[in-house]
Amino acid sequence: MRAPSAPTPGLRERLHRAWDSDVAWSFRHSPVAIAAALVAAILLLGAVLAPWIAPQNAFDAASLNLMEGFTRPGELSAAGHVFLLGTDDQGRDVFSAILYGSRVSLLVGLASVAFSIAIGVTLGLAAGYLGGRTGAVIMRIADIQLSFPAILIALLVFGVARGLIAPQYHERAAIVVLIIAIGLSNWAAYARTVRGSTLIEKNKDYVMSARVMGRSAFSIMGQHVLPNVMGPVLVIATINLALAIIAESTLSFLGVGVPPTQPSLGTLIRVGQQFLFSGEWWILLYPALDLVLLALSINLLGDWLRDALNPKLR
Amino acid sequence: MIAYLLRSLAQAIVVMLAVALIAFSMFRFVGDPVANMVGQEASVTERQELAQRLGLNDPFPMQFAHFVRGAAQGEFGMSYRQGRPVRDLLIERAPATLELAVLSSAFALVLGIVLGVYTAIHRRGILANAVMSLSLLGVSLPSFLIGIGLIYLFAVELHWLPSFGRGDVVSLGGWTTGLLTESGRKSLIMPTLTLGFFQLTLIMRLVRAEMLEALRTDYVKFARARGIPERAISFRHALRNTMIPVVTIAGLQFGSVIAFAIVTETVFQWPGLGSLFIQSVQFVDIPVMAAYLMFVALVFVIVNLGVDVLYFALDPRLRGATTAPAR
Repeated sequence: MRAPSAPTPGLRERLHRAWDSDVAWSFRHSPVAIAAALVAAILLLGAVLAPWIAPQNAFDAASLNLMEGFTRPGELSAAGHVFLLGTDDQGRDVFSAILYGSRVSLLVGLASVAFSIAIGVTLGLAAGYLGGRTGAVIMRIADIQLSFPAILIALLVFGVARGLIAPQYHERAAIVVLIIAIGLSNWAAYARTVRGSTLIEKNKDYVMSARVMGRSAFSIMGQHVLPNVMGPVLVIATINLALAIIAESTLSFLGVGVPPTQPSLGTLIRVGQQFLFSGEWWILLYPALDLVLLALSINLLGDWLRDALNPKLR
Repeated sequence: MIAYLLRSLAQAIVVMLAVALIAFSMFRFVGDPVANMVGQEASVTERQELAQRLGLNDPFPMQFAHFVRGAAQGEFGMSYRQGRPVRDLLIERAPATLELAVLSSAFALVLGIVLGVYTAIHRRGILANAVMSLSLLGVSLPSFLIGIGLIYLFAVELHWLPSFGRGDVVSLGGWTTGLLTESGRKSLIMPTLTLGFFQLTLIMRLVRAEMLEALRTDYVKFARARGIPERAISFRHALRNTMIPVVTIAGLQFGSVIAFAIVTETVFQWPGLGSLFIQSVQFVDIPVMAAYLMFVALVFVIVNLGVDVLYFALDPRLRGATTAPAR
């Protein structure tokens, strides 16, 4: 709870306070968390800055030279170029493809997590604060979501969306459909947690006084309860980000994700798998490494954050 | 006791009806069932005739009742893509998936218990810590990458195992099995490992946590005080009391294993239900999607019922209770 009457501290003081906080302390003293954050930051930066740092525009078929296909990592291609991580069958630079691919993977991952937070937190707040029949119905739906495997829900949503959208829009809608499909398969964990904390918060004095002041249920939920139940949501979101990225790559690997013209890491792995038998291992290995590093570093950060925010677990 | 079982059964039926409603809505409202069944040249009268025959002009509740009656008998109509009854497709492919799912669950359960007990007993050991760190890596490793890695190692490099398919299968009264031929057994190894790996980490962590809990209890302390050897304490006293939650979770996960088989089956081109489902998603073959959804739900419900009954048999405190225990 923030005290609105206190003078706003200056930027410098606020930074100092943040540096001194428990969470920052535990971060400074956890080598694993620092390393994971570093790896995640590098991969994230690479994805964000892809158009500027990638040697090649991996999505632009015109910039590819078929003569340079299957160049081994670090060796001279037929046209006299060196590719750090080699090229695929169409002469696409694997390094550039990874940068652009992780861009798509991270975009879908972050957006679907945001989508499931939006659904889960809203429904969790409503279920906890309003309670009664509404709450019971919401939690029953959450139970159903939790008891079905996420991948099955995502695939069903994807299939249904494909049936509803006209075929000529399939490619353009693919990313949005993917975000919705993954988002819809992961919201129940947020709803459960938020409902639990809301049940505790709603009996506290500040909620009572807001109610006495005549604030509407809507504004109490949004402005008073919400900020106080977001801590655990952050932890779940971090771990779910890794799950969402893996889900996206799995769907793309299965061939029901983003179209090959706009490859994500999963699509790159799907493409690379075809060349495993003929010995062109680098087309598969490097995107796979990138994906595992991304998921692992985010998972480690999530683990650390859970422990840091919850001293009881230590 | 009868009340308790009836209650479980009623819940199971409600769940199946809810899933049936979802499946039916998919069938009815995604795309036009008539357009999907007749050719482009079909006349308006032919279309109307088919719509009448399918009962598409009936009121919604009647259509749903019709669907449920059909589903209860395994009738899900014709596949849009393959033009064959969905029931035949399911029966043809179910053995491959069920065989794989049962084997990988068994693998995950056995190895998970062994590793879980080991890491709990040697909590500070180097090997135990290495296993725990590896399990975190396992969580971050998508199962299709595990499959591809195994293929690269054992099929491409070492040429020990086949990289795709079921090998030779033997048909036993409509049930095909790969366990009776050498190539069938060889083909099962890698898909089983791939599918079981995720389960393995889960069961191992659960066994470890439950064991650590059990080792702290009074009865273990008394057993130590009586001079019973440490090994006997671990296995006879502690492990035995962790088995109920472990078997429950492993059982409840069986439905997820079948759903997860979608990925494994794609990697190994395994001719099971999962690859059938993926094809149906790609081609919007709604009857197959609906039938698969119902199948997974049925497995879930049956396993849940089985676990409820098992609880009842295992835990004498429940006799006389009317509600399921909190899991």
